[in-house]
Amino acid sequence: MENEKQQGKLRTLFDTVFPYIKYIGNRLLHLLPVVIIISIVIFTLIQLMPGDPILAMINPETTANMTEEQRLAYIETMRKVLGYDKPVIVRYFLWWRDVLTGNFGYSVALNKPINEFIGSYIMNSFKVNIVGFIIAFLIAIPIGIKSAVRKNTRYDKIVTVVSMVGISLPSFFMALLLVLLFSAVLRILPFSGMVDPRGVRPEYVYYILPVSVIVLSSLASLIRYIRNAMIEVLKADYIRTSRAKGLSEKVVIYRHAFKNALIPVITIIGFWIPALFGGSIIVEKIFAWPGMGLLMNQAYQFKDRGVLSTVLLFFAVLTLFANLFVDVGYALVDPRIKARRIK
Amino acid sequence: MSNNDKLSKEHEKIISPTRQIMEKFKHNKLAMAGFISFGLLLLVIVGAQAYIHLTNYDLANVDISQKYMKPSMQHLFGTDAQGRDLFLRVLAGGWISIQVGLLSTILSIVLGVSIGATAGFFGGKIDTLIMRGTEIVSSFPFLAIAMTISAIFMDLDAQLRLYLIIFILGFLRWTGLARMVRGQILSLREQEFIVATRALGISSFNQITKHLIPNVLTYVIVSGTLTFAGAILTESSLSYLGLSVTEPIPTWGRLISLSAKNAIVMTNYWWTWIFPGLALFILIMSINVIGEGLRDAVDPKSQYVTKEQRIRLKEKRKREKERQKRRKLAKAAM
Repeated sequence: MENEKQQGKLRTLFDTVFPYIKYIGNRLLHLLPVVIIISIVIFTLIQLMPGDPILAMINPETTANMTEEQRLAYIETMRKVLGYDKPVIVRYFLWWRDVLTGNFGYSVALNKPINEFIGSYIMNSFKVNIVGFIIAFLIAIPIGIKSAVRKNTRYDKIVTVVSMVGISLPSFFMALLLVLLFSAVLRILPFSGMVDPRGVRPEYVYYILPVSVIVLSSLASLIRYIRNAMIEVLKADYIRTSRAKGLSEKVVIYRHAFKNALIPVITIIGFWIPALFGGSIIVEKIFAWPGMGLLMNQAYQFKDRGVLSTVLLFFAVLTLFANLFVDVGYALVDPRIKARRIK
Repeated sequence: MSNNDKLSKEHEKIISPTRQIMEKFKHNKLAMAGFISFGLLLLVIVGAQAYIHLTNYDLANVDISQKYMKPSMQHLFGTDAQGRDLFLRVLAGGWISIQVGLLSTILSIVLGVSIGATAGFFGGKIDTLIMRGTEIVSSFPFLAIAMTISAIFMDLDAQLRLYLIIFILGFLRWTGLARMVRGQILSLREQEFIVATRALGISSFNQITKHLIPNVLTYVIVSGTLTFAGAILTESSLSYLGLSVTEPIPTWGRLISLSAKNAIVMTNYWWTWIFPGLALFILIMSINVIGEGLRDAVDPKSQYVTKEQRIRLKEKRKREKERQKRRKLAKAAM
């Protein structure tokens, strides 16, 4: 009896969860051609990098005492060991095998296997970007709503002009202005880095400038998106109905309007996160923040193929997950789409 | 909205849609300010370019005795680490920004419009295929790919790298435009005038180029303006990372990154990076403001006021103020 009941419960749980799994699986299948094409693009770009990858891999000290013939023979054997004697197509599939088994190769610049250090770099990037994004979002929501509700008033116009300034100010220029003010003139914040070499300053001080640049540079467009989404929703009939019912303005705006305005905002979050990480390539360079962006800049300087392909893969995977997030998020939030897509 | 309520119908004048758009744009003070500042900046940049060409001024001319001079009448923006005049270097950088922005925007408009129009017009399998392709291109990590392509061709000569950057920016940024054009054309396709062109036996090519595209052109111009600003911003980011056009041609991002390398240079010789940064900001800001103004002006739902109406409104407001003043005086007298 008890057992049967439990089974029944399990079955209903399965019935509710299964459509979602099916839907996500369906979307993943949809993404497959995208994955294949992006991987081909990344692989081709890496192959096109100038310079001989074998020469980059060889430590100059080992070939220093060799004669010319010995050196050439050594290079040939290395070419075979590293698999560069095989045709390009075979190498492409070998690369796939390596990526799927979690072997990302070897960094020439740092002289370490990539697996050893990539995790901490990804974490550092996530820390600064996600903190910045959450703060930006929390600031943008009330401002965006207020400026939509008071459309065409002085408040709205000031917000519009200020956010135009925010959109037009390049993030590196903004970063330098902040550095000039807080690090050079006022001398209260560090120029760059992530930890104090003398161990005097607490760690969070190093977050302030990079996070503020990320917040300021994404704030403006976020406010505009939320404002426009709210303006569209406020025109809807159900807002008039809820006002006619005599609901308080607060309930109308926050419970009815904002909840619906969040649907287009989900799309923005999806496209935002890859753009955020892309933008942080520059922020990380300015503040010498040891994240994926800084790693990418180093990889260019040293023509570090392994690191470069890993970083590109990271960005591609991030973009793909964002696309998936948008699709699934829509289906979860919007009952109209849910009814159509999840059966 | 409120403006028109106050006006009686008799002042309403019927004008053509193009005139309407122009009226709306002119009435938008912010957009006009952007338009004027963009025009002035463009004039100065083109003027400096003409001066450089006519006098054969060498931008790479080094004079160490003049290094890090403060802004003065002789050097309006001061000089850099090699004693080069920054005023001309900043304006020459502007020429690169404008070139990259304009040409890459034209490239992405051509690609976006033709691809979007093809997908929207033919529909069916062609549409699905093209839109899948668009989706794939739009899910490329844009800045990372642009950086990689630029890094691959690092050794090209400066002029060729200029074309490369234009190509990269144009080629990776057409997807949004293509989607918009497709959506517009899908809805236009069902309208009577297109059915009529089909009945008349006009070829598909002429249907698209002569009847469909002119109808989406206003939207294309609006989003093209915003693409233009975006392209300039991206070029400056690339050149900040040292991945755009290289020396001896100066770019704004490069000028800024040269002095940002080192804290001492950055603090003591602020003019080496503040001026290019400000120029960049003003250029992008004015283009964005123009784009926003155009978007409002093109929107058929947005209200507009003609010149006559504006004058009448002003008079009305003046009268209102005077009346209030009189009322106040009367109150005070009592």
